[in-house]
Amino acid sequence: MTKEEIIRPENLVKKKPTLMNDKPMHYCAGCSHGVVHKLIAEVIEEMHMEHDTIGISPVGCAVFIYKYIDIDWQEAAHGRAPALATGIKRLWPSKLVFTYQGDGDLACIGTAETIHALNRGENITIIFINNGIYGMTGGQMAPTTLVGMKTSTSPYGRDVKLHGYPLNITGIAATLEGTAYVTRQSVQTVAAIRKAKKAIRKAFESSMAGKGSNLVEIVSTCNSGWKMTPEKANTWMEENMFPNYPLGDLKDK
Amino acid sequence: MNKDTVLMKGNEALAHAAIRYGADGYFGYPITPQSEILETLAVEKPWETTGMVVLQAESEVASINMVYGGAGAGKMVLTSSSSPGVSLMQEGISYIAGAELPCLLVNVMRGGPGLGTIQPSQSDYFQTVKGGGHGDYRVITLAPSSVQEMADFVGLGFELAFKYRNPALILADGIIGQMMEKVVLPAQRPRRTDEEVIAQCPWATTGKTADRASNTITSLELMPDEMEQNNIRFQKKYREIEANEVRYEATNCEDAEYIMVAFGSCARISQKAMDIARKAGIKVGIIRPITLWPFPTAIIAEYATKLKGILTVEMNAGQMVEDVRLAVNGKVKVEHFGRLGGIVPDPDEVYEALKAKLMK
Repeated sequence: MTKEEIIRPENLVKKKPTLMNDKPMHYCAGCSHGVVHKLIAEVIEEMHMEHDTIGISPVGCAVFIYKYIDIDWQEAAHGRAPALATGIKRLWPSKLVFTYQGDGDLACIGTAETIHALNRGENITIIFINNGIYGMTGGQMAPTTLVGMKTSTSPYGRDVKLHGYPLNITGIAATLEGTAYVTRQSVQTVAAIRKAKKAIRKAFESSMAGKGSNLVEIVSTCNSGWKMTPEKANTWMEENMFPNYPLGDLKDK
Repeated sequence: MNKDTVLMKGNEALAHAAIRYGADGYFGYPITPQSEILETLAVEKPWETTGMVVLQAESEVASINMVYGGAGAGKMVLTSSSSPGVSLMQEGISYIAGAELPCLLVNVMRGGPGLGTIQPSQSDYFQTVKGGGHGDYRVITLAPSSVQEMADFVGLGFELAFKYRNPALILADGIIGQMMEKVVLPAQRPRRTDEEVIAQCPWATTGKTADRASNTITSLELMPDEMEQNNIRFQKKYREIEANEVRYEATNCEDAEYIMVAFGSCARISQKAMDIARKAGIKVGIIRPITLWPFPTAIIAEYATKLKGILTVEMNAGQMVEDVRLAVNGKVKVEHFGRLGGIVPDPDEVYEALKAKLMK
């Protein structure tokens, strides 16, 4: 059987989302970003919102998400994505507007923008990648770094006396009147990926229905920053991150 | 009287002008002495008439980034603040300049540094015309000296911002924001339709349609050779603005032996000082820069050879004077007179300074 005979529409079992282009991704092998990017592209396509979606990229590893998903994008300053999203959604209320942010961006330098956009009930979705570390700048301590976790700026482990406690910003978000749907997911198994996709779809639909603001946290790995193999990083995440950041819906208005 | 001729504060006139010019959105945070802008917009409720969005942000950092978002999406957006708040906005202004977006910024200056005072000042000249934020960029800067110009410069600012895809800033001092004068408000224009926004701003994030590639608004380019090309493009644009958009007002300069250079309310005060000097037989003229960047370098250089001296009058410790000295390049004596920390000079002391600094 030749290659041409195999590559036929009737033999297609799985298709890359049309919105994902063929540019090689810069992410490390084992990183969660690529999986979440694909889920977002699939959901936008399935909702037929390709022509009506504006994404806001963060400062962090995912700064270049705009290179991989063929929709319109704005690249924000560090932490400011929810403010950009607010401006865009208020001025283009018919568009699907979402931000994609890491824990340093969203839960540290951008805490004010995050809390206030959520509390105003902006009809946007925030996709929050929580890997407990600053990935892009080389593995420094983040607000979500676990107690005892070693990073390049907490080389002896996070010490609460020195560094304070990990910030559960998704927990805070769930207490705000303005939020509609707040959930915490992961993408390390096929089952988890399916659940995460459903959560992203639900959040996008909620923002388009004008129910308020929506936050989807994806507890993720950063195997390079954590200095682990991808497989070991998944296990470490399940054993250490999940007890601190338990999965599931925190709020469903 | 024409019903569009009204008596109001500069801040109020600016707010009305923004609605009437057809602005799409205002994002701001309260700070003295410019809070009347947001307050007037809140009272007028333009979202019920023109559809203009008005939102009180959680900080100036947020409001400038809401402007960044709105401008990137092709909308006609503005924000306003006063000196300490504008310092907070500098990060966002740098990003907006780097992403080449049009927007209107307003700084109703108060005295600094730090929390300083709520009284009028012009000490943000350096911050505004020399950069303010990081990187090599420029902000088109308009300096109103009347309530009428507070209203008129809204339209002019947006026009220049969209013409060059660059932020424009109205640099007023606290007097111009707070004082009441007669003002003719512009006629109400309709806001652009979504279709008009898309047609006018094909680069904007209005939703990627099948007939075009994705639009990305960013100031990021990691490859240095590409980033250098971006900077070269910016500089070319800035030279074009410098060549085409200089605005100034020259009064009594033809026979002048001395010229005062002053902007904003200091130009109004200097006008009185000029009248006193003329009555005393001293031939004094005034050049009032209307655009602080681009600066009216050529006209000042032209007069330099014909004069005995130039005095800049500023409510700061000597900021614009540097640009005047660069313009005359040593051809004539240039001195500075300034009051600091929120003190407004009176015409008599300006006249005395003119005599003391230039005629001894």
